[in-house]
Amino acid sequence: MKPDDPAIRWVKPPELGLTGRMYLPLVLQGVTTTVRHLFSPKVTQEYPEVEPPIGNPLIYRGVHRLNRDEQGRVKCVACFLCATACPAHCIDIVAAESPWPDRDKYPESFVIDELRCIYCGMCEEACPVDAIELTSLYNLTGRSREEMFFDKEKLLSVYDQTKDREPSAMERQQQAAEDQQK
Amino acid sequence: MAEAIIDGKPITLPEGQQLNGIQAARLAGVEIPHYCWHPGLSVVASCRMCLVECGTRDAESGEVRMLPKLVPACQTPVRDGTVLVTDSPKVRHARAYVEEALLIDHPIDCPVCDKAGECYLQDYYFKHGQPKRRADLRPFHSRKRDLGPTVRLFVDRCVMCSRCVRFCREVAGTGELMVVHRGSHEEIDVFPGHPLANKLSGNVVELCPVGALGDKDFLYKQRVWFLKSHAGICTGCSVGCNIWIDENQDHIYRLRARENPHVNQWWICDEGRYGFHHVHSEKRLLGFRHRPEQGPEQELDWEQARDLLQQWASESSRAAAVVSPHLTVEEAYLLCRFVRQVDAEAPLVLGPVPRSGQDEHFPGGFTIRAEKCPNRRGVVELLQHFGGQAGPWPEGLQRLLEYEPELVWVSGGYKTDWITPQEAEQLAQGRRLVVQDLFPSPASQAARLVLPGAAFTEKSGSYVNHNGRLQWADWAIRPPVGTRPEGAVLWQLLGRSGLYQPEAVLEEIAAEVVAFQAVTLPVPEQGVDLHLSLLAEEVTPSAEPPA
Repeated sequence: MKPDDPAIRWVKPPELGLTGRMYLPLVLQGVTTTVRHLFSPKVTQEYPEVEPPIGNPLIYRGVHRLNRDEQGRVKCVACFLCATACPAHCIDIVAAESPWPDRDKYPESFVIDELRCIYCGMCEEACPVDAIELTSLYNLTGRSREEMFFDKEKLLSVYDQTKDREPSAMERQQQAAEDQQK
Repeated sequence: MAEAIIDGKPITLPEGQQLNGIQAARLAGVEIPHYCWHPGLSVVASCRMCLVECGTRDAESGEVRMLPKLVPACQTPVRDGTVLVTDSPKVRHARAYVEEALLIDHPIDCPVCDKAGECYLQDYYFKHGQPKRRADLRPFHSRKRDLGPTVRLFVDRCVMCSRCVRFCREVAGTGELMVVHRGSHEEIDVFPGHPLANKLSGNVVELCPVGALGDKDFLYKQRVWFLKSHAGICTGCSVGCNIWIDENQDHIYRLRARENPHVNQWWICDEGRYGFHHVHSEKRLLGFRHRPEQGPEQELDWEQARDLLQQWASESSRAAAVVSPHLTVEEAYLLCRFVRQVDAEAPLVLGPVPRSGQDEHFPGGFTIRAEKCPNRRGVVELLQHFGGQAGPWPEGLQRLLEYEPELVWVSGGYKTDWITPQEAEQLAQGRRLVVQDLFPSPASQAARLVLPGAAFTEKSGSYVNHNGRLQWADWAIRPPVGTRPEGAVLWQLLGRSGLYQPEAVLEEIAAEVVAFQAVTLPVPEQGVDLHLSLLAEEVTPSAEPPA
């Protein structure tokens, strides 16, 4: 596109008026803004001393967890749909034949690179058995990159930590059904 | 000229071929869905997925008379004047109902099913199924049992197309599989005490249109949508079956048959199908190892190894080479050229030709050859061109030793033991022995310089099968760190610039060697029959394989 293209609309900056050219009124205007903020109520949050409130923890997209089924086994069936949906390619699964007679396949290893993850929640959406979910834990820290590879045990422990506060989709459904019966 | 009408589109039927509705529709660019029909098996017309409307057009009046009922396209021969309608509402309804019936007792466990992604039932449901389900379908856990050492049956996923049963009866000729029970209780099973253990058993997994038959070697390893398929040639025996090499991130997960009517039709044997695990073996030779006459063993990088080889080449006046039948045509040619460049009189000897048992013929026309190398014919043609020794191994070795060369280049590529320690000792005696191989062997232990080679999936090139058909294979995965494909090594040693180009070498061979005159580039998908040029030149085909 050339500068004389008719599709280009040239915009000129507005010309300064008298107050603009006098300089001082605008300085005063700025100082007034600063002083007003000095005395207005504070909005800064003193993190990490004060934890910020988060909206609905059920839809917050923080650290992942791997849910357990009724028998406490990992619920994941190693279908690789989360790894397929993941735009950051941060999920690495090794599938194997499950040791349980009522299940075909289970993840022998399930590793999420939490540093590579972009927390988009596509894995949660892709999962056909509601096994992977994002929790409301956001304060994720580690001392090394290796520490931030979350393996199956770690992800299951996140579930144990958060299951009471944030019941999984299936547990919520069961709860709703029970409430209805009452 | 015979003409049929498919969906209102006239097509000309090829002469001398009896086509059924599915094949004729393909000529018109129409794909008729089908489960039970396979071009390599008999027709049973049991799945009812290929139902179409059929009629005939009167040649004189041009009047079209349609049959009142739908007919299976797989069982309908298409002749002059046949009219097929494949997308009328009646046909679409029929397909949707078939899909509905199949899904009523299907476990729908696609997330754990290995077939998901290449499953006909999935594909056809999305394409031809009803938008709305009428039955309350819930996923359930499929029963499973082992049919044999390689195949597992997931009983409830089966759609009873009976392809596997027909394969075992018609192609393998062993007939282990059968259908037991009746009606909706029908199941595939083996006869008690007779597991599915024939040498072609892996094909039934590939034939299965759904996930009912699972390959235990591949089961749960990888989802199919991650795999990339590369057209290759099996190097397990001298048939040279056409295969698909399915890999993901430089790891091969499975091999599948690739159709070639001149070579392997639609099948490959289990030996070839599972014969890729050596590629990822930890025992493979890695790194260029130099054993000087005095001093300890050294690990060289490629530049150092190349300089050493060039120094040896200039210092040696008498050289010889053992040309392995595992090399591609291009590599064998470059090796012959290199050794002849060092010494114009150098004896070129055919390496040991591994054989095991007898040729095995199957009723379906498939053959497993006893000669367990891919390219004896090609190497023999080249050796004859260069005036080398294409005779059997121990005699070739004697002839080589009689010449008393200073530099001996031995190429390997064998999966199993191929040289005795005595032979390796005889070759090594005070000579500059260069061994290019995949695995440690007596030869590589005796060698002064070891060059790690590339496996068949890691190199491009052509092979000539037992029948004189030259076929091209492309590389599928990159060779492991510390190895260098044979062709790339020889290409640089010959002082050619740039990267190794097997196509350019093959072009050179086609122009230079009479036996390869028929080769055109790019090599056609189904290969080139080298006899064509031999007949034209009235040259007798090469001798029978050495006993």
